Amino acid sequence: MVTFKDFRNNVKPNWCPGCGDFSVQAAIQRASANVGLTPENLAVVSGIGCSGRISGYINSYGFHSIHGRALPLAQGVKMANRDLTVIASGGDGDGFAIGLGHTIHAIRRNIDMTYIVMDNQIYGLTKGQTSPRSSAGFKTKSTPKGAIEPSINPMEMALTSGATFVAQGFSSDLKELTSLIEQGLNHKGFSLINVFSPCVTYNKVNTYDWFKENLVKLSDIEDYDHGNKESAMQMLMKHDGLVTGLIYHDSEQPSYQELIDGYDEKPLSHQNLNLDEDYFNHLVKEFM
Amino acid sequence: MKQQLSWKVGGQQGEGIESTGEIFSMAMNRLGYFLYGYRHFSSRIKGGHTNNKIRVSTKRVRAVEDRLDILVAFDQETIDVNYHEMGSGGIIIADAKFKPVNPDDCQAELIIVPFTEIASGLGTSLMKNMVAIGSTCAIMDLPVAVFTGVLQETFKRKGEVVVQKNMEAIEAGFRSASELLGEKRGSHKLAEADGIQRMYMIGNDAIALGAIAAGVRFMAAYPITPASEIMEYLIKKLPALGGAVIQTEDEIAAATMAIGSNYAGVRALTASAGPGLSLMMESIGLSGMTEQPLVIIDTQRGGPSTGLPTKQEQSDLMQMIYGSHGDIPKIVLAPSTAEEAFYDTIDAFNLAETYQCPVIVLSDLQLSLGKQSVDPLNYAKVQIGRGKLVSDEGELDELEPKQYFKRYELTEDGVSKRVLPGMKNGIHHVTGVEHDETGKPSESSLNRQMQMDKRMRKLEHVELHKAVDIDNAKHGEADILLIGFNSTRGALEEAQQRLEADGLKVNHAHIRLMHPFPADKLLPLMESAKKVVVAEHNATGQLASLIKMNVGMAAKIHSLKKYDGTPFLPSEVELLTKELI
Repeated sequence: MVTFKDFRNNVKPNWCPGCGDFSVQAAIQRASANVGLTPENLAVVSGIGCSGRISGYINSYGFHSIHGRALPLAQGVKMANRDLTVIASGGDGDGFAIGLGHTIHAIRRNIDMTYIVMDNQIYGLTKGQTSPRSSAGFKTKSTPKGAIEPSINPMEMALTSGATFVAQGFSSDLKELTSLIEQGLNHKGFSLINVFSPCVTYNKVNTYDWFKENLVKLSDIEDYDHGNKESAMQMLMKHDGLVTGLIYHDSEQPSYQELIDGYDEKPLSHQNLNLDEDYFNHLVKEFM
Repeated sequence: MKQQLSWKVGGQQGEGIESTGEIFSMAMNRLGYFLYGYRHFSSRIKGGHTNNKIRVSTKRVRAVEDRLDILVAFDQETIDVNYHEMGSGGIIIADAKFKPVNPDDCQAELIIVPFTEIASGLGTSLMKNMVAIGSTCAIMDLPVAVFTGVLQETFKRKGEVVVQKNMEAIEAGFRSASELLGEKRGSHKLAEADGIQRMYMIGNDAIALGAIAAGVRFMAAYPITPASEIMEYLIKKLPALGGAVIQTEDEIAAATMAIGSNYAGVRALTASAGPGLSLMMESIGLSGMTEQPLVIIDTQRGGPSTGLPTKQEQSDLMQMIYGSHGDIPKIVLAPSTAEEAFYDTIDAFNLAETYQCPVIVLSDLQLSLGKQSVDPLNYAKVQIGRGKLVSDEGELDELEPKQYFKRYELTEDGVSKRVLPGMKNGIHHVTGVEHDETGKPSESSLNRQMQMDKRMRKLEHVELHKAVDIDNAKHGEADILLIGFNSTRGALEEAQQRLEADGLKVNHAHIRLMHPFPADKLLPLMESAKKVVVAEHNATGQLASLIKMNVGMAAKIHSLKKYDGTPFLPSEVELLTKELI
């Protein structure tokens, strides 16, 4: 019986004490065990930044890639071996600044995988510059008089990009976060889970206490229907995106894999590379 | 009777110029002639002059011919832009509709045929192209029946009536032109061809077919001229093989997706041109650093920036060899013909897996889009080698609890065993950060040196069949050594023959392995030559610089550069070589 301990390795994270990313690491390990994965059948692909290190802190196949490029790399892994469970992960700079283009296209492509963003509204590893998730007025080393650009709203953006699974968690609520990741892993399609994961060193505004005061839990709202995109959008706009829980889920839409013409049920990585001689000769003849 | 001729059809883009050339050349190919085609086109959908020049010969040809024998013109611009290629004896056949005028200094004869009028009389002016093909038959004294099979295949989906109508248009064009040509009828009759069936394909077709033969089952790419045909071919063929193609949001996604797929065990491809390759540089570095196989096709076009997107150039060479920050092992191949493009694409995948590094197959627009005759490709020559990939999980020792597999184990040849995700005893970490033998990040100075040396050591023994093709270097001592890469082969070969006819001793070497540079293969040839002429399509003499860096002998190297967007003609290489020496 696989437990979350099987997803632990012997590497000590280089995150600051109190960093929200520890909870994300624990939630991934627990959710993976809870849905019955084995370490060898899980691939965690991450970007660059403090959060990007997470692929090295989970006992599974891990690929720490390029800043902003975790998503296309992870999609390539899944296309090659559809039997693997693929988690992509990174920070808000990774997914909503340098890699935003990939994020939107990964959402609309809907390949069966889970994307977990550790959102701390700041650039931590480069020691405190503004992020596309920083609120207007937020003072950092790169915005000494306060950010003048509005923040990106990733959940609303996901809904308008055709997302089939949109959820948001908070590092302080490990139970809910684990449950959301489990649901994301079980979803047949692309699941986006944004996690408020406070940076205790450089973000003195969006702290654990600040989130506790401001976050609304969707599970506390009676009759909230995560199958209704319109009400999901209204809920996000009403609370300025500060909600946690399963925001939207479309369980009907087939994943990309199910829609591609001819795509084999057997993983491409397990296939014989040799081309049948008759088929080769047929291809040659087409040019004559 | 002639052994070869050059035929060109020209008009406005979007009016069927390409398909006219296609139908003409398919019929010639089936008769067993050797063909070499080159399209002149612009970066727009409709309008603008376009032409398709096709050389037809009883012997193998690999270059655009200097001269033009028959010009089929659908507008005055076609005559004005192209007549200078024609000498006396040349024939321009032009549509009466645009009231063609022969320029005063044109040596060719202008024959005005009512292409559009005849086609309209048969039902639709769209068939004017077929009338033009029929007129060509009259000049070449070619029985129109040779087009029957090609028409049946081209128009079979549109029904027998359409096939019949088009055939009638060819016949009508033949009759009309026969009368108008007078004694010029049959003036460009070709000697009979050998009748052997060959493939007729563009370099991109050969690359795509090579990829399939190499076992590629996934491609990620972004459309770009002149690479898109590779993706389009694989989109047609991979579903039948269970595979897939994703058109990505950009070339960065294409390259990283290909890395992810290769990492997970499938042979994956991406293809692009200069601007796309610029975007892929970071991924190439990741592939080198993480030792993941990656094959990228670069179909060079005119640079820099957007440059000349539809024109010939070879100016990506230095970027392909030295691009991406930091030091990585990398292999760069440069096929010169469609046949080589096929085999080199297969080799590229074998090399990428054997050395676990990025491999770039360099093409150029002339090779990628120029259509040429190719002897049927040999299935028996397709070999697949996956290097130190662990194919049987049972070979792996059980991992100690919490320990990772040594994916980057230090070995004598620098290559370590490669495992795939899904293997229980192969779990390891991959990172673009400097790492230890298990893939865990490490900043230790000693580890850094050992891992860097390990990676770079891999390229000490890269072997490629004909890394430098010296089939045309027969002289022990030569007056001139001609050197080129990619599609300039044919122009250099013909220039060599002409210079030899003038009494010079000329060797020709064509480089196929651009990196690691095969200096040892080139050295003896250069030593035994009085002058070395390096012909290439760029403004800075990139190959010449590379040779100077790797072999030396700068004093005897002369650079022959062309960067106006058009391919070298044999006469240009011949005359410029004479001027240079």
